Amino acid sequence: MTEIIQKVKNLSIGFKSKKGEEILILRNITTNIKKGETVGIVGESGSGKSTLALAMMGYVKHGLYTIGGECEFNSSNLLKMKNRDLEKIRGRKIAMIPQNAGQALTPNLKIGYQIDEALQLHSDLKEEEREQKISELLNKVRLPSPETIALRYPHELSGGQQQRVAVAMALAGTPDLLLLDEPTTGLDVTTQAHVLELLNFIAKDTGTSMVYVSHDLGAIAQVSDRIIVMYSGEIVLEGPSRDILKKPIHPYTYGLLKSIPKLSLAGLPQSMPGSQPQPGTMHRGCSFFDRCNFSEEKCKNNSPQLEYLEELKTSVRCFNYKSLMNDSQVNQTVNKIKTSLQDKEILNLSEVSISYAKQKLLDQVLNRISDDNPTVKDININIKKGETIALVGESGSGKSTILKSIAGLLRTKGGIIKFDQDRNLSSDLKERDPNDLRIIQLIFQNPDESLNPNHTVEEIIAQPLKLYFGLKGEELKKNIIDLLQKVRLGEFYMSRYPRQLSGGEKQRVAVARAFAAKPDIILCDEVTSALDVSVQAAVLNLLQQLKEDFGTTYIFVSHDLAVVRAISDRVAVLYQGRLCEVGPSKDVYQFPSHPYTEVLLGAVLEPDPDIKPKLVAEDIVEEKPPQKGCSFQGRCSRILGDICKNEVPPWQITNSGNSIRCHIPLKELQKDQIN
Amino acid sequence: MLFLIIKRILLGLITLFIVSLITFVGTEILPGDACTTYLERQAFGEQLEACYRRLGLNVPAYERYVSWAVNAIQGDFGYSLSGEMPIKEVLGPRIKNSLVLASAAIFIGIPIALILGIVTALWRDKLPDVAISTVTIFAMTIPEFISATLLILIIAIWLEWLPGIVIVPTDVSFLELLPNIILPVIAIAMIMTAHMARMVRSSVIQVMASEYVQMAILKGVPYWKMVFKHVLPNALLPAINVVALTIAWLLGGVVVTEVVFNYPGLGRLVIESISNRDLPTVQALAIILASIYVSINLLADLMTLMLNPRLKTLQIRK
Repeated sequence: MTEIIQKVKNLSIGFKSKKGEEILILRNITTNIKKGETVGIVGESGSGKSTLALAMMGYVKHGLYTIGGECEFNSSNLLKMKNRDLEKIRGRKIAMIPQNAGQALTPNLKIGYQIDEALQLHSDLKEEEREQKISELLNKVRLPSPETIALRYPHELSGGQQQRVAVAMALAGTPDLLLLDEPTTGLDVTTQAHVLELLNFIAKDTGTSMVYVSHDLGAIAQVSDRIIVMYSGEIVLEGPSRDILKKPIHPYTYGLLKSIPKLSLAGLPQSMPGSQPQPGTMHRGCSFFDRCNFSEEKCKNNSPQLEYLEELKTSVRCFNYKSLMNDSQVNQTVNKIKTSLQDKEILNLSEVSISYAKQKLLDQVLNRISDDNPTVKDININIKKGETIALVGESGSGKSTILKSIAGLLRTKGGIIKFDQDRNLSSDLKERDPNDLRIIQLIFQNPDESLNPNHTVEEIIAQPLKLYFGLKGEELKKNIIDLLQKVRLGEFYMSRYPRQLSGGEKQRVAVARAFAAKPDIILCDEVTSALDVSVQAAVLNLLQQLKEDFGTTYIFVSHDLAVVRAISDRVAVLYQGRLCEVGPSKDVYQFPSHPYTEVLLGAVLEPDPDIKPKLVAEDIVEEKPPQKGCSFQGRCSRILGDICKNEVPPWQITNSGNSIRCHIPLKELQKDQIN
Repeated sequence: MLFLIIKRILLGLITLFIVSLITFVGTEILPGDACTTYLERQAFGEQLEACYRRLGLNVPAYERYVSWAVNAIQGDFGYSLSGEMPIKEVLGPRIKNSLVLASAAIFIGIPIALILGIVTALWRDKLPDVAISTVTIFAMTIPEFISATLLILIIAIWLEWLPGIVIVPTDVSFLELLPNIILPVIAIAMIMTAHMARMVRSSVIQVMASEYVQMAILKGVPYWKMVFKHVLPNALLPAINVVALTIAWLLGGVVVTEVVFNYPGLGRLVIESISNRDLPTVQALAIILASIYVSINLLADLMTLMLNPRLKTLQIRK
């Protein structure tokens, strides 16, 4: 048996509530990390996965305390160790790669210094040797020109570069164990795939053990040998990663895998009812009981123990795992979406360009925007009634900018946005009449910020009803209740404040508010990004249902290509504010033709160890679109030459109706697909 | 960067111009003028005419403003009415005295405030924090005229250690002034230090809770090194502006304290000249106080800009 590096024994961590009750964040966790293996810890927000990872470094956050158990490293308990001794282990024996490197790097210290600090603390190198080592480390994490990067401040690097610096910093102490807390969350798909590939390389190269914490099964699937699934502060399933992803024998994992949309499958994934219980909710039985499809009477009052199955090398916490053992192929069943597409055009964007450039005084006087290279340019899209069109692209691709202009939050620089063939919506909010405002509603990414925390649910939903329809009294109340029922929330939610709702419930309220205006078009800006996977599926299903009921048109912006695949009829791929490809989802996903679409789709991580991401292009970050030529020229791996640099590529239309903007002839683009 | 400094200085000058205009218009609108105040009951006929001519009040208002402004730029604010002294000479020693008071309070108060703020933040919710925080909150809430009066009562009257009020001529030398300023400095420093210590405390606590400090701990950086390298530079940056405002407030004359201690500083001059209807002096004071505020805030902004790498590089890139 291989050497065990860290032993977690019966670990419980929690806090004291105001009433003096002990509330557990981690409940009786026992697991071992072996030398050289990568363990993925997966769970939704609030499952205690980050607390567990931090405890493995002997760190317990302010406000929390260890209730019992230990984290043993080199046969000493980290949780009982003095700070002075911990300083010798942290960074040297166990290193952490944080979730958000942008915030985890000290803003007033140069990159080089921050790496040097780790070297000074954890090695005996002399100054010149350290300098060389810094360059070596930055090289290892594949940062271009290490010497200049070392002299920069953290904010001068892009998100991906910051994350790489964090990796370099962690490697400086040549640790035996690396803890990674959501290291790729918040990065663009392509960057994420590159960072993961780097981490895999480092694991092989240095033989370091890794603990990879993430909510993203796709990322976990790419890196881990073993997976620990956490739910409500407990381990519910632990075993070899392939088995867990292919044949999950715990109902939660089973449901979770089913609720993740997949690239290869159109249609909405099945959702899990409810959401994870809040820490401190007392339960006698199984913590998953409320949401479980396989539960029995005894699950209600008895909590199952973690049971080790020798033949599968898996531990599972369920009375009923046997019923899943026989039939747990995660052959996904999806709810096919009905297209309610009508032949009537509802919104038309022609030649739209949008600029963030600051107006000079003269321009303000003349009421014009002069910017020859605007953030968004040449957007031509026809949107049909009842359609769901998705705008996809990495951060900076201008997808949210376009939504803002349609909503009237941002003035267009040029071009026309036309509603229902005759109404001009190119102006901004102040110039639109109330009815123009009513027909377009927005749902934002983060319901915590888009719902006023001082208003009750009733007041939130009442606002559009009062504003647009002048409803009052009983009628108003009846309408609110109706809307709440439509989003599957009971009448008793009316008196609640947003803070009393879970993430999914808040987003449902936001959806209800949008529908209250009886809009023709709803703009969805990353509506599921802030939600847990199991809740995301439910919200997507709800949006689809409402759309079928009301015949609404959705313009859907998301960075998650699998979600887009699940819900949209048509996809528009954007790069640097310019369209690359527009076409029916089915065709774009099956035969991605534009080189950028190929790059994007290749980088998507699927929760399947057999599907590896394809890294086609470098993940360079471009700050501004090029002055002339194709917007993707800087990263394109199939660049033809001067023509791409000087001329804006023409639209080419395929047989299936995809429009592609590329200089490479269609035949060649499609030929490469087959290979 | 240079462009930014020039822009800020220009904005400051415009502010000063507006302030001067407002005070000038204000003094014009008020009934009565320098001559009627000065001549009192004799303010009629020949004598009034003569006074107007002597003080140059017989020309239109805008001309007077222009000539006043031109002189003021050169440091000549005209004549004070009480005693007909040049205002320059009245102001000089007052400014010096206020400077002495303010710098004493600053040199004592700011280091203490920083230390208290940092200590309370690092030992948050422990005994040092609870003890110091109680005292600072107490010091913050007592108005200065009460603490000043109490100080006089205890130290000057009961213990007889120090003089209770300042009874020296305005233009006394620094050494003679020294024993007199101890009590006023304590009275001012108390409230100022308490405010700043609370500010520093919350700022340090905020930085201590940040992800980069957690990262530094997890990197194995020893505690005090982490405090000095990772916490303080980031926590004290926002304090600069508060310190600047406090300094401006101090220089502008801590009116109440100066009156209680009979201290011959700018603050008392403000009170005196207003109650004497000494309009030229009020005008001069308004402009001087405004320039103190403007220049100190400008300095603070530039310092923040220099110390914050984020802002610094942003400006250079542009």
